[in-house]
Order: sequence, then structure tokens, then C-alpha cells
Amino acid sequence: MNAPPQAVDYIQVTRDTYDALGYPPYAWVHNEGPVPWAPMTKPLADCTVGLIASGGIYRAGQIAFHFKDDHSYRVIGTDTPAEDLRVTHFAYDLTDARQDVNVVFPLEPLHRLVEQGVVGGLAPEAYTFMGGIYSARRVREELAPTLRDRMVAQGVDVVLLVPV
Amino acid sequence: MTSAWSITASAAVPRGAFVDFPLGHTTGKPHDPDGQRALVEAGLRCLETVTTPGTIVDLGASWGDDAWRADPMRTKVRNSASGRTGDSRTERHDTPQYQTDDDRLLAEERHGSEIACRACVGFDD
Repeated sequence: MNAPPQAVDYIQVTRDTYDALGYPPYAWVHNEGPVPWAPMTKPLADCTVGLIASGGIYRAGQIAFHFKDDHSYRVIGTDTPAEDLRVTHFAYDLTDARQDVNVVFPLEPLHRLVEQGVVGGLAPEAYTFMGGIYSARRVREELAPTLRDRMVAQGVDVVLLVPV
Repeated sequence: MTSAWSITASAAVPRGAFVDFPLGHTTGKPHDPDGQRALVEAGLRCLETVTTPGTIVDLGASWGDDAWRADPMRTKVRNSASGRTGDSRTERHDTPQYQTDDDRLLAEERHGSEIACRACVGFDD
């Protein structure tokens, strides 16, 4: 499976940037072997959908992410109004996300899809963290299993992952 | 959903949906609720249509022009705004980085001001 020819190769862009700055190459996660698979067992219209986003979203009143070795997460109720949501991140241009958080945290689109019957419902809690975490091990061994367990406890059927 | 095909392919996710937009717009353009809804629906439909593990579906999203590809990390724009050169990413501050000062005051009111180093997993509210 090949990337579309016009797609920006961010692994190569990062490699070039790091080379130019004299940094050692960034070790992107590379998984080999069989890809994990859980088959769909019911139509999307009957599924409860979970949302996990890595764009550094938090709710006003929560402690914001910090930019050094932060692999914490935030719990955000899926009934939270957009005007209460904030975005912070060290590595991407936040301009549009701060004007309309749905570009990186699509609560409003998901609510509309529930109203239209495209999906069955939304889990009460969404989870967010700030990507650019340098320790893949901490994500694999701590953050990801914790979020998986919380999603399972909410009874989700599927989870939409929204990285930035 | 992903706007970085190579990174997602390297991680080998079960099902991917590619959105060919500049970073920071994985689920749509700002103030475009109809486009966002359509894009998220298209992403979710891949749950039903993808049957081969590791497939990434190109959703065919088009930003409208290709100027952003010349500076995909917005390095020039961000360095211009910050006065920095070279690495456009923000410094790795070890204190919370609030969008607004009001956010900081509200969080400190709720959590106290000694909150700089509580980066533990499970930190909810």
C-alpha cells in the first residue's frame, strides 16, 4: 500500500529538519508483524463511539499540558461546549484549532452524526493528551493501556483516534 | 484519521483514514461544520469497509491549494511569529502552557499553584 504521491512524508521532513539542526534522527514508532485486528460485530449505526485526540486539548479549569515529557491525559465530557475547550501543543500551528477546536477534536461533528443516526451514540468521556511524547515506551506501557481500559469500561464499540 | 500517512503506516494501525490537509486539521477546516461532519463520517465508514488489517484509506480530502506543502511544518510562519530560527517548535517548558492567562488562574484556583510537575498518567481534572 503506497502513499498518495502528493502526501507530505513527515518522517522524511523530520529527518531533514533534525539533520539540519544537528540533532540525531527521531525514532518514529515502527511496528512489524501482524497488525492487531478486532472485526466489527455490528453496524456503525448501532455502535457507541469513543474519541481520543492527541492535539493537546484541555477544558478551561483543567491544568494545561506542559511541553517537556508530558504523557498525562485529560478527561473531557463529550457534552462539553466548544467554548470551554482550549488547545496547547509545542509542535503544530494552533491558529485554526484555537478558532474552531473541531478541526482536531470533532465533538460537534460526532454529535451531528449521532443525531443523524450514522452512529449509535457517543461515550460520555473523551480522552486527550499532547502528542510529541518522546518515550514510546511510556505510551505503550502506561498511557495506551490506561485509555484502553477506560474506553472499555465505558462500553465503547469503536474508538476514533485523532492525532495531529 | 491521519494527515501524516508515513507516520501512521509506520505505526501499522488496524484501519487508517488519510486526510490530506496541513497538520492541525485532521478532522476538517475551521468553521466548516458540514465539511467536518462529512469528513468524520467518511473516516468512521472505514470501520465498516476496511477488511484487511493495516489498510489506510485515502479520503480524497482537498485543502484547495497546495501552497502549504512547501512549508508543511509551518516553520517559516512560526519562526516569523516567535522571532526564532531553525527549530520552529516551542521550547520544552516544564510548566503548564495555558492558552490564556484566565485558564491558568482558573486551574490554579481549583488545583492550587503547586501544579507544575503533576504529569502522572491518570491525571484527570
